[in-house]
Amino acid sequence: MAKLEVRNSSKVFKKDGQTIYALQETNMQVEDKKFVSIIGPSGCGKSTLFNIIAGLLKPSTGHVLLDGHDIVGKSGYVGYMLQKDLLLPWRTILDNIILGLEVKGVSKKEGRKRALPMLQKYGLKGFENHYPNELSGGMRQRAALLRTLFYDKDVILLDEPFGALDAQTRLMMQTWLLKIWEDFKKTILFVTHDIDEAIYLSDEIYVMSHRPGRIKAKVTVNLPRPRNEQTLSHESFIQLKQDLLAMMKEEQIT
Amino acid sequence: MDRNDEHADLTYPKIEYIPKPDKKIKPEIEIEDETKKSRKTKRVALIGQIVLGIVFIALWEILTRMKVIDPYYWSSPSLIVQTGLQVLKEGSLYTDLLYTAGATILGFILGTIGGAILGLSFWWSSLYSRITEPYMVAFNAIPKLALAPVLVILFGIGFNSKVVLAFMMTIIVTALAAYSGVKAVDQDLEKLLYSLGAKRYHVFSKVVVPTSMPWIVSSLKINIALSLAGTIVGEFISAQHGIGRMILYAGQVMNINLVWVGVVVLSILSIVMYLGTLYLEKWLLKGH
Repeated sequence: MAKLEVRNSSKVFKKDGQTIYALQETNMQVEDKKFVSIIGPSGCGKSTLFNIIAGLLKPSTGHVLLDGHDIVGKSGYVGYMLQKDLLLPWRTILDNIILGLEVKGVSKKEGRKRALPMLQKYGLKGFENHYPNELSGGMRQRAALLRTLFYDKDVILLDEPFGALDAQTRLMMQTWLLKIWEDFKKTILFVTHDIDEAIYLSDEIYVMSHRPGRIKAKVTVNLPRPRNEQTLSHESFIQLKQDLLAMMKEEQIT
Repeated sequence: MDRNDEHADLTYPKIEYIPKPDKKIKPEIEIEDETKKSRKTKRVALIGQIVLGIVFIALWEILTRMKVIDPYYWSSPSLIVQTGLQVLKEGSLYTDLLYTAGATILGFILGTIGGAILGLSFWWSSLYSRITEPYMVAFNAIPKLALAPVLVILFGIGFNSKVVLAFMMTIIVTALAAYSGVKAVDQDLEKLLYSLGAKRYHVFSKVVVPTSMPWIVSSLKINIALSLAGTIVGEFISAQHGIGRMILYAGQVMNINLVWVGVVVLSILSIVMYLGTLYLEKWLLKGH
């Protein structure tokens, strides 16, 4: 059984008398502990799809199954991280990370005690009591990701988490993310418009088409793991990159 | 092929390594100490503030003594201190100040808290806030001091009517400020909290209230003047005690020096309240 299944989900709404198809009927099956990316041009419904999976948006049709249970319209079942780090500026990094625990009813003191070792292990040592505005963009994304991980759900949605970072920081963060993924054994769904990033990170890539959004291809990457800088110059990496670029180019013509 | 040979294939990229400088930055260079600099600026500013105050008071004293400005209307610092000590000895100034400060501060606190609660409550329902907002704006536009005679009749000539006036002066301003804060709440932050399994009250306490806090705090300073005006006007209309009553009485008997004593005491009161809000601000805006 798939860990996460999106079944016939679609989203249609009306605005100014026009019917807009944000997402056509979409089917996806994600296996446990896989790293799956979704790429597509902007406005292709990637974020709509994510909001549906996260339970923040009710689809017009269809269902979302997590371990076979319907979670459509219910939030809090999967971890979700958006492009903006969304750290609360009035909370320290440590207190930001325990936000999910607090919502669950765990005391601040207990949460801090649990979060501290993880924070220190994953590159935020010495920044526990800093406020977000004192950190660099990469550090803030780290904190945001750790907050999502610390919420401890099997499936994690990452919506262009590194989109706002510079190229060098991004590569560093990608490697860091892979390490974390291996350590925590989560199922990750990753939205990006960066083809290199998608190939470098993923087991599978779903390619979405321009509005009305739908999945038009599913690619299995098959590059050996663990991956590192050498992966980027691997023959099949370059081959796949060319294929995906061609697919994306078709989308831009419309 | 030799890569560094100038005559070799020109399309081949060339990498030139630049050696590290062998010397460290010369120690004799003066390094700018930013903490020291800002501390110095602060100190100079404080000295400047004190000097300006002294110059102002001294000019006032000298010009009234030289009769360049008429001391009958403008009194003078020394006369004000003299009259002030006199009424302080009689004990009436102390009671008056207690009444005025009490009513102002109580009205200020109730108005600010009430306004904050009112403004924040608009987050819970956009329908409710849309229906109420125009009435709030309209009520804010009413010159509330014009209602003072009615309020004095309604709540009596004592302490209560002054508190109510100070309260009414501040509540809507604070509510509108808090509501601006509510409108500025980042939708994505709300989304994030829901994705962490939060209920509405979590979002309210962890996002909406802290986001609105700077807006609410910004209304504090305005509320000092507004609540003070409310109390004084209330005392003008009818009261047994209070600085406002004292000023009114002094004006009627042409004791201009005593009027000035009242004005100075009120200024000191508002400065003390201002310093109080500065502390409050620091505490409320931790991490902002």
